[in-house]
Amino acid sequence: MEFVFSEENLRKIENILKKYPVKKAAVMPVLYVAQEQNGWISTEVMREVARILEIPEEDVLGVATFYTMYHKKPAGKYHLQVCTNVSCMLRGGYAVYDAVKNKYGLKNGSVTDDGKYSLEEVECMGSCGTAPMIAINEDYFENLTPEQALAIIESMK
Amino acid sequence: MERIVLPEIENLHNIDVYIANNGFAAARKALLMSPDDIIDVVKKSGLRGRGGAAFSTGLKWSFMPKSTDKPKYLCINGDESEPGSFKDRQIFEFNPHQLIEGIIITCYAIQAKSAYLYIRGEYHKWVNLMETALETAYARGFVGEEMKKTFNTDFSCNIYIHKGAGAYICGEESSLMNSIEGKRGYPRVKPPFPAQNGLWGNPTTINNVETITNIPPIINKGWEWFSAIGEPKHPGTILFGVSGHVNKPGVYELPSGTLLTDVIYNYAGGVPGNKKIKCVIPGGSSMPPLRGDQLEGIKMDAESLRAAGSAIGTGGIMVMDEDTDLVKVLARIAKFYYHESCGQCTPCREGTGWMLKLLNRIVNGEGSQRDIDLLLSVANNIEGNTVCALGEAAAWPVKFMLMRFRDEFEARVSPHINLEPKNKVHSMRHTVNPIDKVEI
Ligand SMILES: Cc1cc2nc3c(=O)[nH]c(=O)nc-3n(C[C@H](O)[C@H](O)[C@H](O)COP(=O)(O)O)c2cc1C
Ligand code: SF4
Ligand code: FES
Repeated sequence: MEFVFSEENLRKIENILKKYPVKKAAVMPVLYVAQEQNGWISTEVMREVARILEIPEEDVLGVATFYTMYHKKPAGKYHLQVCTNVSCMLRGGYAVYDAVKNKYGLKNGSVTDDGKYSLEEVECMGSCGTAPMIAINEDYFENLTPEQALAIIESMK
Repeated sequence: MERIVLPEIENLHNIDVYIANNGFAAARKALLMSPDDIIDVVKKSGLRGRGGAAFSTGLKWSFMPKSTDKPKYLCINGDESEPGSFKDRQIFEFNPHQLIEGIIITCYAIQAKSAYLYIRGEYHKWVNLMETALETAYARGFVGEEMKKTFNTDFSCNIYIHKGAGAYICGEESSLMNSIEGKRGYPRVKPPFPAQNGLWGNPTTINNVETITNIPPIINKGWEWFSAIGEPKHPGTILFGVSGHVNKPGVYELPSGTLLTDVIYNYAGGVPGNKKIKCVIPGGSSMPPLRGDQLEGIKMDAESLRAAGSAIGTGGIMVMDEDTDLVKVLARIAKFYYHESCGQCTPCREGTGWMLKLLNRIVNGEGSQRDIDLLLSVANNIEGNTVCALGEAAAWPVKFMLMRFRDEFEARVSPHINLEPKNKVHSMRHTVNPIDKVEI
């Protein structure tokens, strides 16, 4: 499917370009804009980003694949990220992770059939002092029991 | 003890509150000084980097070439992805303008016209908070062209926020620069160092968020004041992030040199259930773990921790009680470094994978004595043989965990070894001083 940036996003990109002396440097923020519009980074998205920034497609591919926050396949409407690194683990991070996994029949990197939820076991999110935590799309929820985590997820409509 | 980086002032994130509390006075003062004088003050203050290596900030600035036609850059490291570290986010949230003011002063001191503030991608909320603060600072004429009028000076600089996208390695300074340039975050071979050949090949200084937030108070109150706080060789306050098995996890700003046991027992409220401590990682997951019975008397500053066989790192203190399964903890740490290795050098790429495999085997009760020795030899082979310090970061926890808790691992591979109770290691300290009696 062909991908073109919306008018509004093209204006955003124009502003992004002002931050850097060379266009190539804008590839990360522009990929974020693309992901916001398209939900994930498809081949067509990468091609369009490359065209706009006047850089080789391989360069965009290299960046999109290096950084874990660019989705290389569609994520769920709610992307559930559970940290299981040490500080979370010590305070029940795995209990939260397992609860989410079992409730929705997900495994790391999978999406529910209805496309509503996807799950990712993530590394330290900087919430060690308020562990365990779960991030849903861009929002952090901290200091959770497994039950509270599930209740928050269920409240997402 | 007054807090320097996170003062107890309500709504300090609001620029009017910040200005009412002497905000931007340090920038005004600094812009009347010569750049060299500022570097001198920062050098004399004894301020050392809070990003992990505790390198002298003033000295780092002095490496920037004076006579060059090339543009100079400042990068501020807010990647904050070291497990156990969650301090820079407090600055973004509660004291963003002091960070901005620190960036302005640093730009002037090293004569950089542009600064990039790199914030990890997962910190959407804090990126937004910082962006709002920065827009306000621009609108009020403290940053950009307008600052010439505001401060009555001919210097100006711009600050840009660059959002990461989920890669721990981008906290490594050369990887961070590659990331800003729009490349994969591969660390660069050093030398050349950033001061010679940094962002787009230009002279560049990289400092941590907390480091730079210390600059305005140093300019305001002088280096004598700062250098008298805490341990003379590593002065100032440090943001200690305490996590794991403590009653009151959180960030505590305390003078350097505060006793580790005071941080844990007096500030972070001690261990739930009054359990004993088996292990503490004092500076984020890359730093050597300490045994519970080693903690007594250890001060939290770079030299004291080095003498105790660990390092200050990011000041992220991870506390593990007597019931913690350290084999599992180390396997989880190994998984992290395996996941985050950029794959550029063979010892790191292969070694982190091997360590994880061996540790998983031991966790699952399928390990042998030989696996423990192999684990140690893999760790030793990584150390010193890689492009960047992630190699050491991956090797240290394994090496020191095995050195200090070998019995735990041996018990896992030899069922006849009984750890209970005489071989159990833990801290003995339970003499909690009431918090109001703590001398700081
Ligand atoms: C793998 C790795 C990750 C790092 N992550 C960070 C980080 O998230 N934040 C940071 O300030 N420094 C980090 N550092 C240290 C930086 O390379 C650099 O030393 C520091 O930002 C310099 O700032 P300072 O002198 O103010 O401490 C990391 C280093 C390595 C090797
Ligand atoms: S040590 Fe590891 S993370 Fe660092 S450059 Fe080598 S492979 Fe990459
Ligand atoms: S370990 Fe989970 S947020 Fe740090």
